[in-house]
Amino acid sequence: MHDFMTKSRARNIFYGGSFAFLAIFVGLTVHSHLYILETSTDHEGLTEAVARGKHVWEKHACINCHTILGEGAYFAPELGNVWQRYGGLDDPEGARDALKLWMQSQPTGIEGRRQMPNFNLNDQELNDLVDFFEWVSRIKTQGWPPNEAG
Amino acid sequence: MKYQSQKIALYYFLAALILFALQVTMGLVAGWVYVDPGFLSETLPFNILRMIHTNSLIVWLILGFFGAAYFLIPEEAEREIHSPMLAYVQLAILLVGALGAVIGYVFGIHEGREFLEQPLWVKLGIIVAALIFLFNVTMTFLKGRKTAITNILLLGLWGLAIFFLFSLYNPSNLSLDKMYWWYVVHIWVEGVWELIMASILAYLMLKLTGVDREVIEKWLYVIVATALFSGLLGTGHHYYWIGTPGYWQWIGSIFSSLEVVPFFAMVLFTFAMVWKGRRDHPNKAALLWALGCAVVAFFGAGVWGFLHTLHGVNFYTHGTQITPAHGHLAFFGAYVSLNLAIMTYAFPMLRNRDPYNQVLNMVSFWLMTGGMAFMTFTLTFAGVVQTHLQRVLGENFMDVQEQLQIFYLMRFGSGLAVVLGALLFLYAILVPREREVISPIAAPAE
Repeated sequence: MHDFMTKSRARNIFYGGSFAFLAIFVGLTVHSHLYILETSTDHEGLTEAVARGKHVWEKHACINCHTILGEGAYFAPELGNVWQRYGGLDDPEGARDALKLWMQSQPTGIEGRRQMPNFNLNDQELNDLVDFFEWVSRIKTQGWPPNEAG
Repeated sequence: MKYQSQKIALYYFLAALILFALQVTMGLVAGWVYVDPGFLSETLPFNILRMIHTNSLIVWLILGFFGAAYFLIPEEAEREIHSPMLAYVQLAILLVGALGAVIGYVFGIHEGREFLEQPLWVKLGIIVAALIFLFNVTMTFLKGRKTAITNILLLGLWGLAIFFLFSLYNPSNLSLDKMYWWYVVHIWVEGVWELIMASILAYLMLKLTGVDREVIEKWLYVIVATALFSGLLGTGHHYYWIGTPGYWQWIGSIFSSLEVVPFFAMVLFTFAMVWKGRRDHPNKAALLWALGCAVVAFFGAGVWGFLHTLHGVNFYTHGTQITPAHGHLAFFGAYVSLNLAIMTYAFPMLRNRDPYNQVLNMVSFWLMTGGMAFMTFTLTFAGVVQTHLQRVLGENFMDVQEQLQIFYLMRFGSGLAVVLGALLFLYAILVPREREVISPIAAPAE
């Protein structure tokens, strides 16, 4: 290594290689961007309500307790597939009502159980948030999570 | 301290240490909420606790990087910082932003994306502060001596600022949001921050061991080359399950497995330099932190990262307690230890005195490192049990969590050790005394 790898050669390998790998990475990201728009998500079906629901999700920092598609905090359940877990595939109206009722009945106050705050969401916010969960549940995630427990 | 403007670093380090204290306090409280879920659930719910915990970590680490840059660039460039006044303006902007963000979080004002919760005005403040910083140090660099250490450090800091710009892009499509979110989060900690880490370690090795600069800088280029060659495409390990194409499973698995290489190279580098070096530098505590940084980063980022990076494994472990096990040890090893190393080295010089409180400082190293290691083990066990119960057997999340209580109780104990270690570090670094509590060098025989 002493003779072959001089400092200037090491520097040139660093700059040249890093630039090449960055270019490959950006190229693949561009492809993935198109793949997300055209294949893996229902970009056409991303309604105003879904976008507002994502904003409700962010406004109350849900991700700092829950995970969504496995990312977030690990303090509360995964919500990327909460729509399936609540039976939304078979009974969308029932799942919607159950999810809304769940959020409205927080905190449970049960001793020794983790408490979710009540965010005092109005009916539109609740519906938007459920629309967002429904939309997310249809993202093609290469088969993740392994089961309904999320 | 050879150059007056190095003094700027002192104020950056002090600001960083205040946020460090806030970070570990919030971590301890959040750890307690796992044990006693009713604690503070009305006044300061878990999501806010965690937000303050992670955000104060990120900001204090960056303040530490800025401080390190202001400390070492004058020596490397052999000239004063271009404008000390701008450096203090930059610090003031960052402090107002940090204070505003923390107060806002308590009242529920934030943008709600993990780690990027800062309100827009704080984000813009960070960008303005970063631009001031980059202008200031780049001018110093251009007018002075150019070394590989400053070269790589500046490249890392430029990268930090440029990739932060992606935090301004928040599309309504969750998959797109996540893909570019990782442009900030992954490319920071497994990309450009590694350049900052390697260059600061190289500087410390240069000063502490006295090995020839040519040797050190050659190592530096090799380390950062392996870091970016593996780390950029290694981003793929976050693109397995978020709606991105299937080819990321192979690209991510292969390249993120190679991310262990730069961390292993940093272990070899630091130990080889210490063995080769002939200098017996009096600051033993700084050397301990520097070596500890390389070793714990190798285990936390390298080994614990590899543990769950292959897509076949990650399919089951993704989003379980395995992730925070890795996250805690990786951040502590790579970036917390790095900052505490450069602070331990720089503080005595910034106060114009010999190294002080070295034994207390070294005790704080072992307390914090032992605590973090234990925390990592408890969370790893919790994660393994969780993966089996929830991902293999399909048990409900909350039922599984109840079965993990013993691990969370032990994790709280380890967190207590880390906080005690952090307080001891603050005392050792901030309260110099006339005499050492325990002298690091055996007293000569009478």
